[in-house]
Amino acid sequence: MQKDPVDVLIIGAGASGAAVAFSLAETRMKIVCLEQGDWTNPAQYPSTGRDWEARHFGDFNINPNKRRARADYPINVTDSPISVANFNGVGGGTVLYAGHFPRFHPSDFRVKSLDGVAEDWPIDYDFLEPYYNQNDRMMGVSGLSGDPAYPPKQSSMPPLPLGKSGQTLARGFNKLGWHWWPSDSAIASQEYDGRPGCVNLGACTSGCAEGAKASTDITYWPAAIRAGVELRTGCRVREITVDKKGRATGVIYYDEAGTEQVLKAHVVVLACNGVGTPRLLLNSRSESFPDGLANTSGLVGRNLMFHPYASIQGIFDEEQDGYRGPGNCIWSQEFYETDASRGFVRGYTYEIVRGRGPVATAIAGMLSGRVAWGADHHAQIRSMFNRVTGMVAICEDLPEEHNTVTLDPILKDADGIPAPKINYTLSENSRKMLSHAVSRATELLITAGARDVMTEAPIGAGGWHLMGTARMGTDPEKSVVNEWGRSHDVRNLFIVDGSIFVTSAGVNPTRTIQALALYVADSMKKRLDNLFD
Amino acid sequence: MTELISTDNATNGILSKDLLAGLRVVVGLMIPESHEYQVPGADDEKIFNDIAGSIGDEAEILKRGLDNLEELAQEAFNCRLVNAASEDLPGLMATFKSADREFIKALTSLVASCYYRDDRVMKSLGMERRPPFPNGFEVEQGDWSLLDPVRARGKLYRDVTASEKNDT
Ligand SMILES: Cc1cc2nc3c(=O)[nH]c(=O)nc-3n(C[C@H](O)[C@H](O)[C@H](O)COP(=O)(O)OP(=O)(O)OC[C@H]3O[C@@H](n4cnc5c(N)ncnc54)[C@H](O)[C@@H]3O)c2cc1C
Ligand code: SF4
Repeated sequence: MQKDPVDVLIIGAGASGAAVAFSLAETRMKIVCLEQGDWTNPAQYPSTGRDWEARHFGDFNINPNKRRARADYPINVTDSPISVANFNGVGGGTVLYAGHFPRFHPSDFRVKSLDGVAEDWPIDYDFLEPYYNQNDRMMGVSGLSGDPAYPPKQSSMPPLPLGKSGQTLARGFNKLGWHWWPSDSAIASQEYDGRPGCVNLGACTSGCAEGAKASTDITYWPAAIRAGVELRTGCRVREITVDKKGRATGVIYYDEAGTEQVLKAHVVVLACNGVGTPRLLLNSRSESFPDGLANTSGLVGRNLMFHPYASIQGIFDEEQDGYRGPGNCIWSQEFYETDASRGFVRGYTYEIVRGRGPVATAIAGMLSGRVAWGADHHAQIRSMFNRVTGMVAICEDLPEEHNTVTLDPILKDADGIPAPKINYTLSENSRKMLSHAVSRATELLITAGARDVMTEAPIGAGGWHLMGTARMGTDPEKSVVNEWGRSHDVRNLFIVDGSIFVTSAGVNPTRTIQALALYVADSMKKRLDNLFD
Repeated sequence: MTELISTDNATNGILSKDLLAGLRVVVGLMIPESHEYQVPGADDEKIFNDIAGSIGDEAEILKRGLDNLEELAQEAFNCRLVNAASEDLPGLMATFKSADREFIKALTSLVASCYYRDDRVMKSLGMERRPPFPNGFEVEQGDWSLLDPVRARGKLYRDVTASEKNDT
């Protein structure tokens, strides 16, 4: 085990923590990562058992308040229509993520200049592109170049199969003349970098037992550990400590046995995600920082963005892919860029959801009244089973200061550390966008041949994208970290996770989170001699 | 009806034997046996033991719902659920279904999770009786020429002009 003090201490071993650890490893500095969770064992992932769908409601629940593992901390979501979804362990959210892997678009970095809302990012698409490419090589991206919704970009592997569902919906998009394209996906469509190709288990959001999905426990972490990074699991950080000059000195954490430990460090890097990071900063109060560390702007925990989601699923007479194959398939960005005639600014992506298993079909059918209780149950379930396909809409969420992560005055985790509380309301813009997304998708599904359509908006359980709560910018009054991820207030404190997003775009965030983490690491490496100036 | 094998352990004693007997009646109403599809009902011994053994965090919600149902049965028929006439039960359940959504949600998840992993039910649905891993499934590539009209349409993303750029 590394002796104190270490050169770089990373907190959180998820999507961004893994990327920053890997990138910094080449400096040969002493790097330690503290992660509150443990390694997962793919041999025990739900798809290895007959109860694979049931475990979505149990130990592989995406909601930490329901999963309640030792590594999880409770999150008060009583004042939010959307609850937080995450995973706490090596790989972080990527253990459970679907592996949808879109990039931001050039316009996503310039929303103020283009649409007069929110703030522009201090960096742009062209600037981030080399880091996207570097991350793509490490994670492996299946897709097809030539998507007219994006500037040219390459994929590492061919796209995932269209399948029955993809073809049904593609025909619908074509009839309406709408954009669609094979999704960029962090799922290997063939063997990649020692990982096997996807075998269509269809249970990606409860861990990929095959190892085809690029979660960072099997991509970045093995490489970072080989390069000398020490990863300590079961270590939950309570607070970041500071000296009289306001520099971070290290952390106080609880180890696996629940014993309080101190670890000193020259540099602290936060990678705890858009909820965990503001929680830790707000828990790190001191004389120098009475309102929480790095918070002289008052913006730590503010501007929380989730991406309001809508689910729109059609029931078809013909058989679709059902429980077979990864959810990822094709996407549409027909309504992505701003069009003032729609009554809202910015836009959304449709991501096709291939199908669902028998348990999920039965639950949706019975709870929506489409599948009866009693003798008719059997015929009705058979008219839905393997016949449901559709999409989710990912709406761009604009930053609003009143959407917050604060500390709950009562709720605490198993180590007695104050838990986060979410206050979030859907904006009028989001409501209009959701409603547009539901009605256009319904039109598409009917055009594609659906005989019935099921909708949910917003998806209450869908707070899986956590962004904006310690945003980046050049102005210390309007941002928490500078344009290369360093805290304006604390010159040896960096943030690399989704908290530093300025705006959310209308796409899943992880490819951008990791590109940013690599960029911040690169900025640190380039400035090693004068990092704290 | 055959005796249940293990029940008290599964629910940590939260659901009494009587309530479990009531639960068995309810799940049999939800998904009854079908000769046409050659499937058992959810009250089949093996499936119900799976259901009873799978009650976890939701035990309290189920207890509340079942207690209320028993009360309704007492009021309406002056007997316990297990003793009510089978033709009377669907009406009682219909009233109750809209009353306690949380109970209905928990019950539906529980019953569907266990029923739709039973060998006989999977066979009837045309599924192989195995977990997804390691064999996986076949998914056809599909017809990629469907993309031709999208390619023909041309660029969709919005340009950002030099004046809107602001690099570090
Ligand atoms: C079900 C689901 C589906 C998703 N699907 C997609 C998708 O298809 N595409 C996509 O782009 N994104 C998806 N996401 C989101 C994606 O997982 C996240 O964007 C990504 O993981 C965030 O990366 P991060 O580094 O910011 O944080 P995380 O990956 O969440 O990592 C944070 C880590 O920090 C640790 N930590 C937190 N606090 C402490 C502490 N005090 N001490 C020690 N350790 C701590 C946590 O345990 C965790 O491991 C999905 C998420 C879920 C849950
Ligand atoms: S569908 Fe593919 S990526 Fe998803 S769990 Fe199965 S093998 Fe893994």
